[in-house]
Amino acid sequence: MSFLTLLRKELYAYFVSPLFYVVAAVFLGLCGFFFYTRLIFFVEYGLGENILGNFWLAFMAGAPYSISMVLLLVMPLLTMRSFAEEKKLGTIELLLTYPIRDGELFCAKFTACVLVFVVLLAGTLVYPLYLYSLQPLPLGAVAAGYLGLLLLGLSFIACGVLISSLTDNQVVAAVSTLGLLLGFWVLTWNEAATSPGLLRVLIHLSMFDHFEPFARGTIDADHVGYFVFFVLFCSFLTLRVLEARTWRGRR
Amino acid sequence: MIELSHVTKDFGSLRAVDDVSFTVRGGEIIGLVGPNGSGKTTLMRILTGFFPPSSGQARVAGFDAGVDALALRRCIGYLPENVMPYPEMDVRQFLAFCAGLRHLRGTLVRQRVDHVLHSCALTEVAHRLVGKLSKGYRQRVGLAQALLHEPQVLILDEPTVGLDPRQVSEMRRLIDGLRGRSTVLLSTHILSEVSLLCDRVVIINRGRIIAEDRAEVLERRVAGAERTLLRVTGPVREVRAVLSQVEGVERVEVSESSQPPLAAKDGPGDRWQEASFVVHHATADSVAARLAAAVVASGWRLHELRPLPLGMEELFLRLVGDEPRSAA
Repeated sequence: MSFLTLLRKELYAYFVSPLFYVVAAVFLGLCGFFFYTRLIFFVEYGLGENILGNFWLAFMAGAPYSISMVLLLVMPLLTMRSFAEEKKLGTIELLLTYPIRDGELFCAKFTACVLVFVVLLAGTLVYPLYLYSLQPLPLGAVAAGYLGLLLLGLSFIACGVLISSLTDNQVVAAVSTLGLLLGFWVLTWNEAATSPGLLRVLIHLSMFDHFEPFARGTIDADHVGYFVFFVLFCSFLTLRVLEARTWRGRR
Repeated sequence: MIELSHVTKDFGSLRAVDDVSFTVRGGEIIGLVGPNGSGKTTLMRILTGFFPPSSGQARVAGFDAGVDALALRRCIGYLPENVMPYPEMDVRQFLAFCAGLRHLRGTLVRQRVDHVLHSCALTEVAHRLVGKLSKGYRQRVGLAQALLHEPQVLILDEPTVGLDPRQVSEMRRLIDGLRGRSTVLLSTHILSEVSLLCDRVVIINRGRIIAEDRAEVLERRVAGAERTLLRVTGPVREVRAVLSQVEGVERVEVSESSQPPLAAKDGPGDRWQEASFVVHHATADSVAARLAAAVVASGWRLHELRPLPLGMEELFLRLVGDEPRSAA
């Protein structure tokens, strides 16, 4: 049950650090800002008379989208410390000489990040639930949007933890994670810059293209598969990075 | 309790540990001594199951470091060289966390944590944040976590580094208190520490063992008799013979011939050469004077005559200095 001990320690470290509260404030503040401005936008320039009737189509599709942008900016700040801090403090050497499997350590760190992320994401549920109290809207579409956000968040975390395991500098980890994720995000934004053949390949890689259908309220196994694969691949690489100390210098 | 046979560890082209073999019996306190970068930490990391050796076998408490690292780690307590336990936890919290990872449960956690807090004299700082503690206290927190599960084998990497003299002696007292209960392997580059604490000393340089013996034996090797160094220009063999016959001298070593031989002087005899002679002799003030007189009376040039300081430092430097300079 080392996993639970490690998980508890990770969560403790998140919730006593001011970073979490700053990140949460920024995240929820920006999400609230987007919610408010979009709401006003649709009230002012709504399509036709029955604004609330068509509301979820026009508005809710936008909500996961704006949340995803904010996530992209704040997730690297939550994942940067996971391994980089242990390396800086030297505690990684302590942990890796305790009777703990590398996998347990990784799972604890990954799970802690996921739980923190779920807390943040749950905070944004206030907006659709508030609207629902005014005018019931199709919850299925909202759920699809949130499933998309959840998968996206898991991918961001997997990537962030991987990069954190490669360095002992938290800032380097955060900036590299942001750069890499942003790269995956905007891969296909400028179709004119790529040949049609290359674009077809890039669409399969681009996170944005796999996320967009969720935001529009549809769940497709292909897109779920992309995120699952992305998370597993990053986790696999992180475990190899941890293990690397045992193969270095092996004959 | 600890068995190393032909252990080697390479990092790329760097050979950090080179064909090291030694055995530690249960209950012994062993000092691993060497300059910085000599491979002490690498060796300890192998013994703690952090990484396996490149070749050779390392066994601790019967478990192979390459095969059964997890079981091995259960039997050891390790104090890494530079560890700054989680600064956001207080001492008790940190130790309770460590106890959890050691699979201690329930009341046993509190009991063991209280015990190590007491034995490492940490009780009064139990509720201070680790990040706010001084280096000496942090080092003791490090030792406390290593003692939590009463390990059979304790591996301490530079336990007294960065401590003030009072803390150093407290740390020594603590380690001394473990004598007979745990097998302790500690590393240091302070030799006096070893002679105070350790039953046996392993001296390591550039990854290789250069001496291994009981501390007293190693000390006797240098301290049993005095040594005087003479640097003389003269016919080397003849000088040696004359010095050997001085009253009280036990043995003469020609330790280096730094200069090329000079042209033969004074006829067909031995070639003149500048050389250093280390004279082992009984402890007596008059020996040095007699040595000087003997050299001068023979008409040779005496450049230097000084007593060699005795002690572990000298032994160590000499052993290290004897190593060939060309690294593999």
